Amino acid sequence: MTESPNIDKDLIPVLKTVSDPEIPVLSVLALGVIREAIEVNGVVKIKLTPTYSGCPAMDVISDDLKKAFEDVGKKVDVELVLSPAWSTDWISEEGLQKMEEYGIARPLSETHDKDVLLGNKKMVKCPQCGSTNTHLVSQFGSTACKALFKCDDCHEPFDYFKCLK
Amino acid sequence: MNNLYKYLLTIADNSLILAQRLGELCGHGPSLETDIAITNISLDLLGQTRSYYQYAAKLVGENKTEDDIAFLRIERDYKNCLLVEQPNTHFGFVIGRQYLFDVYHYMLIEKLQNSPDENLAAIAKKGIKEVSYHKRFSGDWVKRLGDGTEESNKKMQEAIDDLWRYTNELFYLTEAEKEVVKEGIGVDVSSFKEEYYKEVSELLTEATLTVPENKYFTKGGKEGVHTEHMGYILAELQYMQRTYPNMNW
Repeated sequence: MTESPNIDKDLIPVLKTVSDPEIPVLSVLALGVIREAIEVNGVVKIKLTPTYSGCPAMDVISDDLKKAFEDVGKKVDVELVLSPAWSTDWISEEGLQKMEEYGIARPLSETHDKDVLLGNKKMVKCPQCGSTNTHLVSQFGSTACKALFKCDDCHEPFDYFKCLK
Repeated sequence: MNNLYKYLLTIADNSLILAQRLGELCGHGPSLETDIAITNISLDLLGQTRSYYQYAAKLVGENKTEDDIAFLRIERDYKNCLLVEQPNTHFGFVIGRQYLFDVYHYMLIEKLQNSPDENLAAIAKKGIKEVSYHKRFSGDWVKRLGDGTEESNKKMQEAIDDLWRYTNELFYLTEAEKEVVKEGIGVDVSSFKEEYYKEVSELLTEATLTVPENKYFTKGGKEGVHTEHMGYILAELQYMQRTYPNMNW
């Protein structure tokens, strides 16, 4: 984690209830898209950063955040911030584990990510059987943040969360 | 309208129109993987467009929004280059157009990251990660088609030959651009022209394609003078907002 977000502890329980609509096991906190959450004069101010510029989940997350806080009687102000740009390093370890259990392979380091996406090396671990005997099917997957892989041992196709730094 | 606003449009309109072109292929890609890739690229470009337009709308004030800029201008007010509005003639054209644009786009926003304008720098820093993926995808496909079968080589070459005439415009500066460059905020696109042709030529050669020797170039889009394709793109792009003003979904 390069810069830890400024999050008010009291707001964490509510933030934990809001998840990424495309990866429902991942809360917005675990995903690292909440850069700030503070309460000022009774209004919850949230700074949200997108994973990808065109990520349609951002609009949904923004609405879900508003709803979650309104449900506990709080006013919310969500602001979208682009800088510093989101990185896969901001996904928490707990988040990465949940993602793997959900069937999405975790992002590798930047260098290794390039190697696997260029098809030079086999390093992405199949979330179904654990084998690294896998190959890239497409650099682009079901959402902007994922690439499509296939396991050559259990033959299951799966998503790989691309490294973004 | 001020120069910075116009400058934003020269960058953002390229992304909007190319995103629209790529979006036309949704469900029509030659294979599932390329279909998904192309629409993903379209989405990235549209996302970047939104960031630029949101910024531009703030500059205009008067309660204008990103949607007003995207949907409610007339053809002459769109400042995209001619390259991005060219049709999806066949997959070779889609890839050729993408590659010729991606190399330029990468070089542009790589430099834009250093702009003292915080908004521009932030959009560029976010976008550069996405565009590096785009360039890798389109470059790989140029190589695959160029160095593929006799038929794929012929079609890829045909696309590059046809699209080449639009590349020079990428390095043309409008008056507004010149002003914003002078202020130290914008990027002088003519500064990386040589670097661009060098990189493109190297990849084309690797793809066993011939680098076109054509010296006839055409331009106009950046000044709002478009090819005959633009009207059709806008007709589709703007249809809903023109028919049902202020509609939401």
